[in-house]
Amino acid sequence: MSRKNEILISLITLIRKEIKRYLRIWIQTLVPPAVTMSLYFVIFGSLIGPRIGSMDGLDYIQFMIPGLIMMSVITNSYANVVSSFYSVKFQKSIEELLVSPMPNWAILVGFVMGGVTRGILIGCIVFCVSLFFYPTFSIVNPMLTILVLLLTSILFSLMGFINAIFADSFDDISIIPTFVLTPLIYLGGVFYSINILPDIWRNISMANPMLYVVNTFREGMLGVSDVSIPFALSMILLFIAILSVACLLLLNKGVGTRQ
Amino acid sequence: MNQFALEITDLKKTYDNDVVALKGINLTVQEGDFFALLGPNGAGKSSTIGIIASLVTKTAGKVRIFNIDTDENFPEAKRLLGVVSQEINFNNFEKVIDIVTTQAGFYGIPLKEAMEKTEITLKRLGLWEKRNDQARILSGGFKRRLMIAKALIHEPKLLILDEPTAGVDIELRREMWDFLKEINENGTTIILTTHYLEEAEQLCKNIAIIDHGELIENTSMKDLLRRLDVQGFLLDIDQSLDNPPSIDNFQISLEDSNTLNVAIKKDQSINQLFDQLSVQGINVSSMRNESNRLEEMFIEMVKKN
Repeated sequence: MSRKNEILISLITLIRKEIKRYLRIWIQTLVPPAVTMSLYFVIFGSLIGPRIGSMDGLDYIQFMIPGLIMMSVITNSYANVVSSFYSVKFQKSIEELLVSPMPNWAILVGFVMGGVTRGILIGCIVFCVSLFFYPTFSIVNPMLTILVLLLTSILFSLMGFINAIFADSFDDISIIPTFVLTPLIYLGGVFYSINILPDIWRNISMANPMLYVVNTFREGMLGVSDVSIPFALSMILLFIAILSVACLLLLNKGVGTRQ
Repeated sequence: MNQFALEITDLKKTYDNDVVALKGINLTVQEGDFFALLGPNGAGKSSTIGIIASLVTKTAGKVRIFNIDTDENFPEAKRLLGVVSQEINFNNFEKVIDIVTTQAGFYGIPLKEAMEKTEITLKRLGLWEKRNDQARILSGGFKRRLMIAKALIHEPKLLILDEPTAGVDIELRREMWDFLKEINENGTTIILTTHYLEEAEQLCKNIAIIDHGELIENTSMKDLLRRLDVQGFLLDIDQSLDNPPSIDNFQISLEDSNTLNVAIKKDQSINQLFDQLSVQGINVSSMRNESNRLEEMFIEMVKKN
């Protein structure tokens, strides 16, 4: 068997293992986002939304849908990889991979694909939930929507991987999501357009990377955005490239994985 | 002529906390050998195995597995190597069959073939009946077998076992010995680290002893045992004594009032001892080795080092 085939089989094995892992614990991984997002739709969409009126010329609940989908995709892609990779380190089952002939890039791709598939699956679940609350929702640019969904889940899976590499305890895998990701997501235009902010806060918001992710996705779904789409896509691609290289360097050096 | 299954040259390892685990080890293991790597805790055994298995990064030196330099082609070398780690290293929440099949997949074995190999391996190790059990509910002994099954799934030519029988009961330990002997006879080279020196004595043809990151002995088991000059015996006697009997040329001490501890040199006859004891009216009811022969030598060597 050629080396390429061998690597492909090992990669598929790892991806299958990762998908089976989060499907086996579906009640912890797939149900909570659906429940949480339903509550967001009920409270902010159906109860408070009509009092807010329109946002960027759209019904508030309609405006909120892409943001909430993106929020779920980001948190779940990140959480999947950080918890899975840290767990294999903690249980020492990472040795199963390290003693095998799998190259480091395949190990990285395997874990990232686990995060990507979970992120996309959650995105689809939240979108289906949103249809209960806004049945007439239609996607303006499906290609851009899918592209951003994919790139975002890759980007945050890579971030989760780096977090897991440096994590030495379970506390370390919750610090970044709690104190960095969540505030940036909430302030990244999930619930509002930055056009309603005073100039100073609008300028500060422009430094929040989540704003670009959320708005690019909103452009795909609704055709409205507060940011330049080519610029946002370029930045996402650039960060994916930088983080991929960083992850590979860390794996090759054995940081957090080999003694 | 046999090739080397493993060649280690000037292997050094210093950890980030400045602990020097290996100070330049040189070691060769012949293909087909059953080799014991012994040493006290912290001697550098696990560091050596970790470097061979790519779980630990080396500071300096060379490792060749069946003539493949791990610096040049580690994936190819890993294909020939199976490792049973000291600690349990699988996901306890997965099923036994999934753990082994997945490990096969990591070695590039297609799923159908992996399933077939898994069935054969689990049956060989008496795990087939437990294939659908989650690993966490297995007993310690079965977990050890599962570790071995994982390491053998890709049919390695060199199998390294880091204390595989630690915490395993005597019956299972003997079963594992038989299994390891069988796969060694079928051509797999085995390197074993263990704290049970009886195990090394029973199984291994050659032996290396490592201490403080240095190799202090590397020879055949026969040669090592040949060097034993004195053996200690414990003799249970019928009567109670306050002082040990005095017999020319024999060192005798009292273990307790009913037990004599006797050191017998290689050139001395044990019959002579019994005769002399009998003359003094001391009857021996039973006799046993003071401890494992190899253990005595091992302790002596480590003390010297």
